[in-house]
Order: sequence, then structure tokens, then C-alpha cells
Amino acid sequence: MRNKTELNPDNAEPERRTAFKQIFRRFGVAVVGTLAGHAMLRSRPAISAEIIRPPGALPEPAFDSTCIRCGLCVEDCPYDILKLASWTDDAPVGTPFFVAREDPCRMCPDIPCARACPTGALDPLLTDIRKADMGVAVLVGHETCLNYKGMSCSICWRVCPIRDEAITLEPMQNTKGILQIPTVHSDKCTGCGTCEKHCVLSETAIRVLPRKLGLGRPGRNTAGRDKV
Amino acid sequence: MIKTIRIICAGIYSKRWLLTRRTVQLFILLAFLYQLPFIGNIATGNLSSSEWFDKIPLTDPFILLQSFLAGSSLAAPALIGALILAVFYAIFGGRIYCSWVCPINMLTDAAYWLRQRLNLKSNLSISKELRKAILFLALLLSFSAATLAWEIINPITLLQRELMWASMAGSMFLLALFFFDLLVSRRGWCGHLCPVGAFYGFLGHFGRLRVTVNRAESCAGSSCSACMKVCPEPHVLVPVVSLKGNTVVSGDCTRCGACLDKCSSGVLSMKIDLSHKHSFKNIPIVTKK
Repeated sequence: MRNKTELNPDNAEPERRTAFKQIFRRFGVAVVGTLAGHAMLRSRPAISAEIIRPPGALPEPAFDSTCIRCGLCVEDCPYDILKLASWTDDAPVGTPFFVAREDPCRMCPDIPCARACPTGALDPLLTDIRKADMGVAVLVGHETCLNYKGMSCSICWRVCPIRDEAITLEPMQNTKGILQIPTVHSDKCTGCGTCEKHCVLSETAIRVLPRKLGLGRPGRNTAGRDKV
Repeated sequence: MIKTIRIICAGIYSKRWLLTRRTVQLFILLAFLYQLPFIGNIATGNLSSSEWFDKIPLTDPFILLQSFLAGSSLAAPALIGALILAVFYAIFGGRIYCSWVCPINMLTDAAYWLRQRLNLKSNLSISKELRKAILFLALLLSFSAATLAWEIINPITLLQRELMWASMAGSMFLLALFFFDLLVSRRGWCGHLCPVGAFYGFLGHFGRLRVTVNRAESCAGSSCSACMKVCPEPHVLVPVVSLKGNTVVSGDCTRCGACLDKCSSGVLSMKIDLSHKHSFKNIPIVTKK
């Protein structure tokens, strides 16, 4: 282009036209870049209730930037529960997660997934799987849970790998008699999801949620009560 | 009988670089999927970070750079892996990754092959500089959004994920990429848009494995220019074809060897080239023997 105009000065485009062309071209690049950038920024999903990270995962914003989406944790999981997110999953593309209802974390004592992580997105300092924090089990179906109906299903309590510590059965008197209520203790629960997997209902009544979604937090104003 | 064997051998010889390259590409792709008996894993992970033979860690420096810009602190295993690769590509030439490792290259080469076969002429010309702009945008967004921006679309790891967990969205994107290269733009993705290629181009700017002209007097130059017709980045061959330089010095050269396969006079070879006198500020210096 440039050579041609240099060879035939008569055919040269007016300087102003080339200047405008260049300006519009750059403007176009800027617009497309901004649109693409905006779309990318917006495509970062918020914390999803369905995304449970492998043990030792950093808290969410840090995990997103530290995980390099390599899938080494996926391959080192002996039970093959992990998957890398695709566009249709509710997590940043390529990051690992598992669906507790399909296949819960078996809480291997040697934590092979965290050992495999090359970047430390899964904490290499996590040595005790009982200290893992994948989420927390929450009994969400108070109207469907069989123990709330006065039966003694208690399957969640029986399958819990941290038995009688993470989930206990607390007696509660109501009009039907004494109910044995499965009660999750968030300081002991690792969020492995075994209870969710084994809940006998067609839609689970106990569900693992990311800790932020699964737990309340006391207000700053204790309103006269003692701080818990 | 002997004649047919000779023809087959000649056929293989005229595609020696292509065949070697496809073998290496397929080996790397399949190494992640299959295990060897007695040895076990060949490679685990994917092309963003992998472990070869359960020992050697390799990490894509571009992806680690995004992660670093997104605000993560660098951990030793990933850093070691990235350094190994960065040093390798810096010494030999960065875009070796594009033509010898990247699985998307097979997809876009297939599109290009079909394009030639169907004699499709329509071409949206895109500036080769656009990939650098996309690279800059990817790094900027990684920094500002604290996520690995390019990994949202990166078709390389997407392809590897598709091989394990096929999904509609992912396959459609790869298909779209194929048709983009086939119908819209000639060598559109690898040659113009992909920021991974741009990154490796920068990384291997001084790469020493270079296409070299041996007997410059036998090279017909621009009257033949068969090498330029097959080159995925034809502009890198300009100094050679115009008989102004004996070496391809541009960082854009992917070292695919297509020119060596095509050169009928056999003057081209791939060489480790340690001299640094071939160009001065991108102006090639004539060194005719």
C-alpha cells in the first residue's frame, strides 16, 4: 500500500483521508476490545451453590487466579470425582469441581489432589483431610427430611465419615413425639458431600453449599445479647 | 515393485517434515489420554501444566504469566515447569510450540488443506498485528479481572477437555474455529488471531533453530518461491526469497518445515544458527558465499 503511493504520487490518497481511516480503525479496535473485555469480565460467575471445590482450595477469588486449569488434581483423584468446568458449568472455565450428589469426596488421608496441584491453588500445607473446607452440609429440606417426619432414617448421620461429630442426632420434642434431628456442626464438617450423596429422597434434603452460602454470620450489633 | 516402493519413498521424503510433525503432535495429544503398559502415565494434566512420566513438570509460561498478573503468588512446581519451557523455547524458537505441540494446529491445517482442495478464494484479510493486540488485551484483562482471561476461550485446553468430557458448547466453538479458517480467513486463527502464538513469537524472538539457505547460488529466489507458497507465515521468508538473507530470523517462523519439504533444489535446511550478524534492526545483511 505504502509502496504504491510512494511510486505514484498522483494516486496518493489525501493525507486527511488516511488519517481518518487510521483514527476509525483504532476506534474500531478500541470498541471491539472494550466489548470483548466487558463480556469477559461479566462472564465470571458469582459463587454458585453447585460448585464444590476439591479439598484445600483457596477461597474463591484467589482460587480463580491461582488455578491454571491443568487438571492434574482431576487425574490424581483415585475415585475420579473431579471434573474441569466447561462453558456450561457454573464455574470459571477449566477449574475443577465435583458434584456431591453424583460422587462425593472420599476424603483420602493423603489428599492426592492437593499434592498434585502445581500452583498451590489447592493448599499444599493441608495435611489433615479433616481440616479440609470444601463447603458445609446444610439440612435444607425441613419439610421433606424423613427424620423431621418422625421416622428414623438418619442415613446422613450413618454415612458421615466424621461420624457423630460433623452430624449429630439431636432429640427435639414436637406434637408427633420426639424427633431425632440431624444437626450439622460446621466446625467439624468438611463438605465432602457423602450425606448429600446418600440422602434417600429423590431430591436431596441435605446439601453441601459453599461456606459463604451455607452459613449465616452474626451481625455486628449483638443487640444486647452476648457475642456468640 | 521396486518402482512403487521408490515412489512411496519419494512421497514420504517429500513430506518428511510434515509426517514427523504430525507424529509428534499426535504423540503429545495421545500421551495425555493413554497409558503405556509397565511404564504407566506418559503425561498427566493438560497443555497448561503437565507432568511427564510422573517426574518432569512442565507449565505453559503464558498461562502462568496470566495467573501471576491475576494476582497469584507463584509456587515452585509451576515456576520450575514454566522456566524449563521458557528456556527451551527461548533458545530454539518460541513458535515451535505452534507447529509441533499445539493440537489446534492440526485443526487449522486441516481447514487450510480443505480450503486449497475446494479452491476457496474468499479471504478476510486481518492484520497479523491483531494477535499482539489480543495478547495485550488478555494480559490486561487477567490483571484487571483477577482471572485467567485467555483461559475463558483458549481452544487448546478446550480441545483437551473436550476429549475427556465432550460438551456441545465446546465442540461448537472448535467447529466454528474450523469453519472460520476454512471459509472466512486464510490461516485466520493461527496466523492472525491467536495470542498464544504471539506470546511464543515474542518468547522465541531470538530462537536459534533457523531455516537456513545452504547454497545460495542454487536458490532461484522469487522466480521459484515454492517455499513461500506453503509457508503458514510467508512474510518470514521474504529476506530469503528476495536473496537478501541466508536465514529466516523472524520470531514468527513456526519451524514447521513446510518450506524444507517443498524446496525442490534442496538448498534449505533447519540449523542451529549461533551467529548474530544476519540482521541489523530487522534489515537482513547479505552474506552470500
